Amino acid sequence: MLPGVVAQALATLYLITLLAVERQLLIIGLLGLAVIAVLGAYWLGWLDPVNRSFADREDVLGVLALVAACAVAAFFHDNHFLLLLIVTVVLYTVATLGLNIQFGYAGVLNFAGASFFGIGAYTSAVLNAHSAVPPLLVLLIGGLIAALVGSLLLLPVLRTRGHYAALVTIAFALLLKAFLEVNDVLGGPQGLQVKGMTIRGWAFNDNIELGNVELSFYMNYLVLSLALLAVAFILVRRLERSWIGLNLDALRLDETAASCFGLNIVRWKITAFTLGNFLIGIAGALFGMVGGFVAPNNYTFADSLILVSILLLGGVGSPWGSVVAAAIVIVVPEKLQTIQEYRFLLYAVMVIAVLLFRPEGLLPRPARNYFPGWRP
Amino acid sequence: MDIGLLAQHVMNGLMVGMMYALVAVGFTLFFGVLDVIQFAHGDVLTVGAFTALVTFLGVRAAGVGSGPILLSAMVVVSIFAVAALGMLIARYLVLPLRTAPALNTLLITLMLGTVLRESVRLFYPQGANPKPFPALLPTNSINIGNFNLRLDNTIMLAAGVMVIIGVELLLNRTKLGLAIRAVAQDEETARTMGINFLAIVLVAFAIGSGLAAFAGIMNGFYYNEVNFGMGLYLGVIGFAAAIIGGLGSIYGAILGGFLFAALQTVGTVALPFGSAYKDVFAFAVIIIFMAWRPTGLIQEKISERV
Repeated sequence: MLPGVVAQALATLYLITLLAVERQLLIIGLLGLAVIAVLGAYWLGWLDPVNRSFADREDVLGVLALVAACAVAAFFHDNHFLLLLIVTVVLYTVATLGLNIQFGYAGVLNFAGASFFGIGAYTSAVLNAHSAVPPLLVLLIGGLIAALVGSLLLLPVLRTRGHYAALVTIAFALLLKAFLEVNDVLGGPQGLQVKGMTIRGWAFNDNIELGNVELSFYMNYLVLSLALLAVAFILVRRLERSWIGLNLDALRLDETAASCFGLNIVRWKITAFTLGNFLIGIAGALFGMVGGFVAPNNYTFADSLILVSILLLGGVGSPWGSVVAAAIVIVVPEKLQTIQEYRFLLYAVMVIAVLLFRPEGLLPRPARNYFPGWRP
Repeated sequence: MDIGLLAQHVMNGLMVGMMYALVAVGFTLFFGVLDVIQFAHGDVLTVGAFTALVTFLGVRAAGVGSGPILLSAMVVVSIFAVAALGMLIARYLVLPLRTAPALNTLLITLMLGTVLRESVRLFYPQGANPKPFPALLPTNSINIGNFNLRLDNTIMLAAGVMVIIGVELLLNRTKLGLAIRAVAQDEETARTMGINFLAIVLVAFAIGSGLAAFAGIMNGFYYNEVNFGMGLYLGVIGFAAAIIGGLGSIYGAILGGFLFAALQTVGTVALPFGSAYKDVFAFAVIIIFMAWRPTGLIQEKISERV
């Protein structure tokens, strides 16, 4: 367990440093240092004990990761921009976990991830403005509507081969953006404003004051997002180890053989797709409230491709990989302002490089671990 | 509505359908030969249109003012450049991933499309704004009642028809076409019969990409402007058209292209806030169509190794 704890502590310190530094040259230097350090550790064989300790004691290391996230947040407790960045990373990770269930476990392509994210966000906008539904329930409803729309979308093409499903999701992504832009009821191109959450009188959009320490209001959202991430992560890990995960993997690896063994292909594909969209929808609903407004321009096909590239970079089917990749893909362009303009180009080039040279991603999916820590 | 307006809609549908058909034929050709969906096809079209624009600006800056020379220079340079681009994509991105799961090829071409699109946006001066495309075709028009029949549209339509007939003749009456069809049917047997697989794949990609360049130039002349996002839109529609028609069948692709244009026209004419929702309507019909007949009108013949 110790190598894992050390690795996490180092990663947390590095993250705090990277977020705190402002000068571009220092940031480039830090990024280069990280690349060299990781490559060096790989060649020295130091990454294997880390992998083993993550495989053995994932529960403890997961709790420690949450503690580390809180530590990072505490360090930047009054910095609105950085806390918003961290919340964005956390929520994109939840969305990628949803995409992971669809693509990593069941092999169902979804190029409309950002559209379902947007459906969740628009649901929270509309429900917050026009009804008195409690905010946590709004999150659930956002997830449910995204799941429902997704299942309606996919039903027609489940009996066919993969690329037809891909077309349907791409067409849906373009269709939804066109629809939201033209439609005036849902705000048109300007979008809608989203009221902040209030749980039992605690207004999420007010800064918190503890004694003479002032915390940014994004802290509220950060705590909620971390809770959501923890639940989603545990769900995904348990799902993988369960019989459902086995069925989904069988489905992905060889449909013909799976159906010979009695698995109902259509049923399991729909289950995976719906569950994935549920997670994406909840993350979207929360993100809508954090950002304060929703607009069609934030949920385009290009944003769906960003989610797919996070998934591919981290490693398809690997939840820890999704966490790391989301942090890289979202934090690096924000800090390295000089490349902001080029970020879509760089994401695409990065994914091409990953697909050509390391298709299993940064943290490849490990073998299924039924009994963590078991030794014969 | 009066006959003139109807004729105008029909003409517009034919033009747009021609462009969709050209893109769809490319998709079908790639799928038939290599079993890959080349998602960068639409953005290759954008590169073609911008190459034509750059050629026009360059040749005109070199002092040549004559219309026909500019036109032929644009068309020739663009088609050859984009055919070369298609061959590079095939050689270095698609062929190496043949042994990987089919998903990887789809993803890599999707990302390549993003690279092409963003490169045009970032590296062409003021790339994010639409660029005016020169009007090099004669713009006389005849007025038949309410219907304005433009000469340049007619020329483009005729050229498009000739290109499609040319591709069809190439595939069905020449030895090269025979080789392409053989590779599409059964790659191993074709290689055993002595066909150079690599050469045929490159030629097929070159033909498909050349068609895309032609479609891009047509698009530029028709709308008098090009912008960096035109390829994505046309690419998705072309892919949808190829699928409705049935992947792997050239006739199906052409049929699908015109069918999609017909759907858009019907949507514009029949729906109340027609032209804003025409895409939503067309894509919705496509999705419903795929529920009914997922493998398209002219079904692809699949035999999978189990």
